[in-house]
Amino acid sequence: MNSSEKVLIKGNYAIAQAAVNAGCQCYFGYPITPQTEIGEYLSGKMQELKRGYVCAESELAAINMVIGAVSTGVKAMTSSSSCAVSLMQEALSYAASDELPVVLVNVMRAGPGLGYIYPAQGDYNQAVYGGGNGDYKIIVLAPSTVQECIDYTYRAFYLAHKYRNPVILLADGLLGQMMEPASFGEYPYPEIDNSSWALTGAKNRASRAIYSCARDEKKQIEHIKNLFKKFDLISQNETSWEEFKTEDADIILTAFGSMTRNIKAAMNVLREKGIKAGCFRPITLSPFPNNRIEELAKEGKDFIVVEMNMGQMFKDVKYAINGAAKAELINRPCGEWLSVEDIVSSVEKFMEKNYAASI
Amino acid sequence: MQQVFSIPKSFKEDFKYTFCPGCDHGIAIRLLAEVLDELGIQDKTICAASIGCSVFIYDFLNVDSIESPHGRAMAEATGVKRARPDKVVFTYQGDGDFASIGLAESMHAAFRGERITAFMLNNTTYGMTGGQHGPTTMMGQITTTSPTGRNREYYGYPARMAEQIALADGCAFSARVALDSIPHINDAKKAIKKAFQVQLDGTGLGFVEILSTCPTNWHMTPEQAHARVRDDMTKTFPLGIFKDTTEE
Repeated sequence: MNSSEKVLIKGNYAIAQAAVNAGCQCYFGYPITPQTEIGEYLSGKMQELKRGYVCAESELAAINMVIGAVSTGVKAMTSSSSCAVSLMQEALSYAASDELPVVLVNVMRAGPGLGYIYPAQGDYNQAVYGGGNGDYKIIVLAPSTVQECIDYTYRAFYLAHKYRNPVILLADGLLGQMMEPASFGEYPYPEIDNSSWALTGAKNRASRAIYSCARDEKKQIEHIKNLFKKFDLISQNETSWEEFKTEDADIILTAFGSMTRNIKAAMNVLREKGIKAGCFRPITLSPFPNNRIEELAKEGKDFIVVEMNMGQMFKDVKYAINGAAKAELINRPCGEWLSVEDIVSSVEKFMEKNYAASI
Repeated sequence: MQQVFSIPKSFKEDFKYTFCPGCDHGIAIRLLAEVLDELGIQDKTICAASIGCSVFIYDFLNVDSIESPHGRAMAEATGVKRARPDKVVFTYQGDGDFASIGLAESMHAAFRGERITAFMLNNTTYGMTGGQHGPTTMMGQITTTSPTGRNREYYGYPARMAEQIALADGCAFSARVALDSIPHINDAKKAIKKAFQVQLDGTGLGFVEILSTCPTNWHMTPEQAHARVRDDMTKTFPLGIFKDTTEE
């Protein structure tokens, strides 16, 4: 599956095969619904290709195996879901501080705690703000289609290695389990030279140590500041989003991940009803497209955030708007996705409340 | 004149000795460096370091090293080895790291028979945090968190890792050694070498539990501490080779 041919494929398998195409040399994982197909697929595929595969004893072990593998300069990945991704937060903090290109796929399910296997988007905060200790930042990509599961898996490996920073591909159970036509194409990014830092044995060079413990206050401060300088650069270069019909819009529906699908459909229904709606969809949740949202808000466009959690991205949108426009939340914590009808009727209520005079 | 003593080339030239007086880390790391030299593998060896006093291994050995969160060294070593099977990979951990918080990673690496080498320094206490009760604290031993001594009721029994690891099918070599005397130090070096040899042969996990001192937290002089290793510790933790596939 390494061509432009369209295939009908499930999101989880698409992510797994895209990792293979991206040159992922090692996969380490532990089963959890709704992402288990990734590990199932790669267990056979990696052995067939004589690459690394371990069905790890826990998620703790799995992500630390990834740290070990990527410290030698190769591409490696783990995948998991929500409550089990919680177990990986310590390692993400280490990997961010150690500047290691860890790729983690989180196919979200419902929480908190064990939650259940319904799809949800409740790990936005954990992914974007980090569940580990200390000041660090992770790059977070949110696909909304099976095609994007492929494209963003490629991008995740590229960005992780380009910036030596962990990347989370934040999908959800809906996307993981859904089948759609998609094509793999070729891995579109250049290979990054890791020879200046990778641990390959101190042959004809001084030995290298990768660690986060500076044991010197000044060095520690400088290290953290450098991590944030690097993330500024990532924000400048890599922040990405999609927008539709925002130019003449009065209100902008905003969502991430697979909820994007329903706001696009709702936008069309609203337009047919004479409401000038647009869509805005962050692709990188971290770095977040603050500036573009602020610009649109300053043009007087109100934002309606639609998400499957209790309003996690909503806060970030409000922060970006910074009082320049109104913001409203349409949400449900988990389970059946908010339908186009749900969204349309909520938007109509919002319009009635706020624009009664002008309608 | 014949030179009879030199610093191994696997040692860093600019190291500063940072361990407490009488601590056995110095001897253990020195032996490791000698073995790396003798096997000629220093330039293809990668160390997965740990948390605790053993973390200072970065400062001494002239090998590439990756930090591991507390207890996760065997997972990181697994990742390194699976990514680079041609490299020699070892962990250097304390008993708290290997046998308490990292027990799952340690045992599963042994079950899987990872072609890596693991060293666990057993000083019966959490040294870096000031001498608390740990998985290897001996019965009756007083620590800051077992003020009247380890008892059955509150603490249960100490973990004997060299025997446990030897039970795993994936283990190719497991031994317990001590550093309290010249003969024991010589035995320790032989065990360390074999633990690397099984990795080089690709037969499975090599493991050495190294009984060592913690004079500071034991409130003993170096001499008293080494006497304790010899007279007390070896009763709970008998020295010996518990598995050696090189002899089969």
